[in-house]
Amino acid sequence: MSVKTLKIDGKDIAIESGTTVLQAAKENGVAIPTLCHLDGVSDVGACRLCLVEVAGSNKLLPACVTEVAEGMDIQTNTPKLQQYRKMTVELLFAEGNHVCAVCVANGNCELQDMAVLVGMDHSRFPYQFPDRPVDVSHEQFGIDHNRCILCTRCVRVCDEIEGAHVWDVAQRGENCFIVSGLNQPWGEVDACTSCGKCVDACPTGAIFRKGSTTGEKERDRAKLEFLVTAREQHQWTR
Amino acid sequence: MDDLANLIDVAKTERSRQKRLRVHCCTSTGCRAASSEAVLTSLQDTIKTEGLEDEVEAIGVGCMGFCGRGPLVEIEPSAWLDPAFQGDKPLENEQLYEEVKPEQAASIITALKGGTATAVKGNPQHPFFARQMKIVREFSGRIDPERIEEYIAVGGYRSLYKAVYEMTPAEVVDEITRSGLRGRGGGGYPTGLKWATVAKMTGDQKYVICNGDEGDPGAFMDRSVLESDPHLVLEGMAIAGYAVGANHGFIYVRAEYPLAIQRLQKAIQQAKKYGLLGSQIFDSMFDFKVDIRIGAGAFVCGEETALIQSIEGGRGNPQPRPPYPAQSGLWDCPTLINNVETFGNIAPIIHRGGDWYAGIGTEKSKGTKIFALTGKIRNNGLIEVPMGITLRDIVEDMGGGVPEGDIKAVQTGGPSGGCIPVSLLDTPVDYDSLVAIGSMMGSGGMVVMDDTTNMVEVAKFYMEFCKEESCGKCIPCRAGTVQLYDMLTHLLSQQATEDDLIKLEELCRMVKETSLCGLGMSAPNPVLSTLRYFHDEYEALLKTPAFSSS
Ligand SMILES: Cc1cc2nc3c(=O)[nH]c(=O)nc-3n(C[C@H](O)[C@H](O)[C@H](O)COP(=O)(O)O)c2cc1C
Ligand code: SF4
Ligand code: SF4
Ligand code: SF4
Ligand code: FES
Repeated sequence: MSVKTLKIDGKDIAIESGTTVLQAAKENGVAIPTLCHLDGVSDVGACRLCLVEVAGSNKLLPACVTEVAEGMDIQTNTPKLQQYRKMTVELLFAEGNHVCAVCVANGNCELQDMAVLVGMDHSRFPYQFPDRPVDVSHEQFGIDHNRCILCTRCVRVCDEIEGAHVWDVAQRGENCFIVSGLNQPWGEVDACTSCGKCVDACPTGAIFRKGSTTGEKERDRAKLEFLVTAREQHQWTR
Repeated sequence: MDDLANLIDVAKTERSRQKRLRVHCCTSTGCRAASSEAVLTSLQDTIKTEGLEDEVEAIGVGCMGFCGRGPLVEIEPSAWLDPAFQGDKPLENEQLYEEVKPEQAASIITALKGGTATAVKGNPQHPFFARQMKIVREFSGRIDPERIEEYIAVGGYRSLYKAVYEMTPAEVVDEITRSGLRGRGGGGYPTGLKWATVAKMTGDQKYVICNGDEGDPGAFMDRSVLESDPHLVLEGMAIAGYAVGANHGFIYVRAEYPLAIQRLQKAIQQAKKYGLLGSQIFDSMFDFKVDIRIGAGAFVCGEETALIQSIEGGRGNPQPRPPYPAQSGLWDCPTLINNVETFGNIAPIIHRGGDWYAGIGTEKSKGTKIFALTGKIRNNGLIEVPMGITLRDIVEDMGGGVPEGDIKAVQTGGPSGGCIPVSLLDTPVDYDSLVAIGSMMGSGGMVVMDDTTNMVEVAKFYMEFCKEESCGKCIPCRAGTVQLYDMLTHLLSQQATEDDLIKLEELCRMVKETSLCGLGMSAPNPVLSTLRYFHDEYEALLKTPAFSSS
């Protein structure tokens, strides 16, 4: 196995080649903000929160899909990156209808955490107030599209871990939405095994367990990781 | 077709079949809409009734370029199409008619016996034509795109033969590298370098893809090449396949181009029949087949990784690069993807040599580029010009300037490009000069604007396009273009403040720097370039005019 040496925020690091910058940073105690990344499923590079600066490159690179290279000199938290991350979160809040006070995920929401992390308390961009539906046709779960940030974590977890492929993205641009089955109500999708992995994967309160009320959503993220380890490394420990 | 002698035979037979005078009538999409098919029928009927069949033939051809004055009819001696033809081409033998109506067509034929035609005569020596330099479009509008024999008669498929029998794959790549050709799909990536990368990749299966998605509003260069000379593109793809070691090619064409698709289908069939595509081309060990894939017409599907997803049957979403398609593309195999016009340059380069090609253009931009000249301009249509020609020469000399008033700006690069003010019209047209002034070459759209144009409206128009074409995968482009569009609307309703203007520019930079693919990365360009050159127009729209109060 070959090893690459590089610098992250000035710190010298040696790491196995093939590792992503995100992973390398994490293993060395540097937290890079992410939203679309989820351990155990493939990366799509969509939320752009993990962008970092690499000396010698005029482009910002997404840490989640960029592999480490010899001699890289990476900055993960420059003023420019901070500014852009804040704007990204502002754009997200302005795009959907996020009323934290009445959300099942209040206090347990990665979007909310991100807002705190980047220091955003209001969006400077006008709220769009889109007209989005809520689907509670499933026996145990519901999806509230108002809170969806289109990270596609549910899509990937259902396809790649559960193997059910219930979810997809429909339409494009601002009209994108997460669609179940062949654009059917979730409750009518036969493929759904009611495993609940998408509930655990969803970073916001968009997909939730029925019966939970404000601030009650809890995720069993460890369960997802357990499943992946079990599948990939045949270790059945938790 | 087993060898060169056969190819030459087909060419000879075809040339001896051709009549002394050819009457070309454009049957491409644009002219068709203006009844050019009825014009062609009338020309053919009149040749019969006038008893001129032995001397004259009327042929439906592809685009001649002067689309603003279509349908066009041109009369040309067939001798001029012989690749061996040398000597001058006396003017009086070439006649051009513009805006021909079906009822005027007969008079064009009778005039060959004496008298004058009722159709409007054009001037083939007009700068619009005279300043062009046709490499890709050399035979566009001069041969019947539905008959492979006509293509072979003008020297077609000779470059493929030359590549397969007289050159090694590495020599072909080398020739393309030496030509200095850069991708015509917008990015301007060196074609030789891309070919070399794919050629170097190991693996049994590789693919060649021709990108004919052409989604820029107002652009129709690629459509015209596909409709007018489909074999030129197929030959370029086959040569590429030989050079990089691929045996399978795909042409991705948008569904809105039915005529291009139909002509490509016909062309592929004919080429297969002659053994010029398929297995054992020219009886060699080289196999290359081409399939057509029809796109649903989303702009973003022109982006290479999205296009590959779409061919694989998935949703046309851009993917993070690396890996680049050259390393891992279609079905994870090394894939060469080039634009239609890029492939159109290949056969001429192999025929005449990389050095010949490198002698045309500027230091870093070689050869020619096709532009769709539109907007407020007297002569609009398709032109192929050598790199390095100035915008002024194109717009004022060839295009004849704006019909009324003055030129204000020229937009190049479509929704990814920028607006160039009239003060910079002496800028040479090449990749680097255009980028330096905040625009880009793009795929070849060139829109001329006069002094009545509101530049903020222009910026809003392109932003609306990007907002609607965004695939929605990444946040900055999906949500950012919506906000930018709203900000421009707000400005135009004279409700915005100076702070809003600062915010507009900030968001532009953010979307440009953080988006996942080229669509989002370049979506702010029309705004940024108009902010740079027409700042006063933005300021004039502010609720409280700038600098008037503290
Ligand atoms: C949003 C977007 C749309 C694009 N559309 C096209 C297109 O319609 N045709 C094309 O040839 N290239 C298009 N491209 C560029 C392709 O991604 C790719 O670079 C090109 O096909 C490579 O060919 P070339 O090197 O011959 O230019 C587009 C790029 C982006 C980002
Ligand atoms: S509950 Fe399981 S199977 Fe059903 S949609 Fe969610 S992840 Fe897929
Ligand atoms: S429902 Fe949740 S997991 Fe799925 S895309 Fe929306 S926010 Fe992401
Ligand atoms: S930049 Fe726009 S088109 Fe490209 S991936 Fe992001 S959302 Fe899609
Ligand atoms: S975590 Fe890398 S782009 Fe979302």
